Amino acid sequence: MELFVFVVAGAMVLGGALGVVLRSHPVHAALSLVLTLFGIAVLFVAQEAHFLAAVQVIVYAGAIVVLFLFVIMLLGVDNAEDLRVEPFKIQRPVAAVVGAGVLALVGLAILASRDATVPTVVQSEAVQEAALSPHDSNIKALARDVFSDHVLAFELTSVLLVIAVVATVMLARKPRKGEHVIEIVEGAGK
Amino acid sequence: MLGLDPLLDDLDFTAIVVVLIKVLVVFVVGLVGTMLMVWFERKVIAYMQNRMGPNKAGPNGLLQTLADGIKLFFKEDLIPEKSSRFVFKLAPYLAFVPAFLVWSVIPLGGDFSNGKDGTVTILGKTTKLQLFDPPVGVLLLLALSSVAVYGIMLAGWSSGSKYPLLGSVRASAQMVSYEAALGLSLATVILIAGTLSTNGIVTAQSSITRWHVIATGVLPFVIFLMAATAELNRPPFDLVEAEQELVGGFNTEYSSIRFALFFLAEFMNTITMSGVIVTLFFGGPQPVKVLGNSNILSILGPFSGTVWMLLKVLVFLYIYVWFRATLPRLRYDQLMNLGWKLLIPVSLGWFMLIALFRVGSDSGWSRAERIVAGAAGLVVMAACASLLRLANKVSARNREREGAMF
Repeated sequence: MELFVFVVAGAMVLGGALGVVLRSHPVHAALSLVLTLFGIAVLFVAQEAHFLAAVQVIVYAGAIVVLFLFVIMLLGVDNAEDLRVEPFKIQRPVAAVVGAGVLALVGLAILASRDATVPTVVQSEAVQEAALSPHDSNIKALARDVFSDHVLAFELTSVLLVIAVVATVMLARKPRKGEHVIEIVEGAGK
Repeated sequence: MLGLDPLLDDLDFTAIVVVLIKVLVVFVVGLVGTMLMVWFERKVIAYMQNRMGPNKAGPNGLLQTLADGIKLFFKEDLIPEKSSRFVFKLAPYLAFVPAFLVWSVIPLGGDFSNGKDGTVTILGKTTKLQLFDPPVGVLLLLALSSVAVYGIMLAGWSSGSKYPLLGSVRASAQMVSYEAALGLSLATVILIAGTLSTNGIVTAQSSITRWHVIATGVLPFVIFLMAATAELNRPPFDLVEAEQELVGGFNTEYSSIRFALFFLAEFMNTITMSGVIVTLFFGGPQPVKVLGNSNILSILGPFSGTVWMLLKVLVFLYIYVWFRATLPRLRYDQLMNLGWKLLIPVSLGWFMLIALFRVGSDSGWSRAERIVAGAAGLVVMAACASLLRLANKVSARNREREGAMF
């Protein structure tokens, strides 16, 4: 049963990922991304990580890809891309090198992990507790972990997000007459 | 095993039969309920407007929806030439399937009296009257509502036509914006109940004073009701299908059975959303104490919970129809202002206040400490509110100077 779920979800993830790269139409590519995200959510459920699965769907499929689609639709770039045109000349060779590198790294990691017996990751108390207790408690354990041991990192991340939002609003604001800051930014963009 | 009720521990034939019966009941009740809901809405709104409403097909026009459905089946299925064919065919199902799936996590009945956890015994098996009770129940509702956005968005886009695109852009902007307010008022309920499971949330509301509508202080309920109405694209938030401006909105190009699926999804969403509201704020299948009698429907045995649920859901269905008959449609800028500048800040502030009291009760504060903390919280919130007001004023003035529309 577990193998079956893994194979189906894995096929979803891989198929979606290939679709993102190979589909020439931006909307179809974005939809393939949704397929990948759902596949990952299924894998999370198979690992009893229900909370992560739900958040995966709510945040990534429900907000981020919707935003992608929104931009694609509103900007009207929803016509198929010509793959023969290369915007940056160096892009494709670099992509090939990076891809081969990542593949080699993952392969090496798998080969190395075959001999390893016990995971040596240091786990916090809450995570250890969750591993011992029944399935319902892993949300509570996650909350305790995020809001106690890692509360500083958590808060810093939210500050970072707020800064990013404010910066985006500032950069995307329409230029107003008699304002120099915006003109400088525009000049830098060209 | 996936999809099976964890209470049915040893897997045998009856267990599978019980699960199959549950699936079938949820499916059939969903479809028949939608059919009756369409009739109910047309009839009630007709009486509110001094008309008769459907009265030809069946007794009191009860079979009108069935007749309409059959008619839709036999109509020609058009696919516009400029459409994106695959997405155009996919979109109705993306709208329809989530609407159905929401049913699976709502407790549709069961015995919650005296702290029982809503299990009943059918065919010698102890089971919940709920298709599936995942530990993340409420989050699943949010996830499904965010998937439903795709159906509407892609329907509008794939039609390859201007008005549906505008309608779907409106719809998805509205749904994404109001999801925040919806989630924040939901968070208040989760905070009080202390669990995400829908079954646990119902169990926590054991008496009328512990119903979350009262326990969370009414405000989250009001916000949830408004946000849910916007999420459903129902009047007064039905800008999506503002027929004076957008022909028919996102579903303009759809015909035949594909249109029927959108139509069905819309009405089914109304029913499921009423079910969600009842589950979250009004104790779901928990009985109401009338004249000192804890459950006047106890004569119905294990199904009294289902009848209570049905009665409560009917109240909300009536309220939704009532909204449609009374309230005029909002303008787009009013809709966005209401969502972003009023509902989200208010629900966030209220959530913080409830969290403060929760911390107080967890760490055993004395009465005086609670009053001081509450007052401090109110002062901070008032300061935040006035800052927000100021910011809004400044931005409104700036926009006026730039000559923007709104």
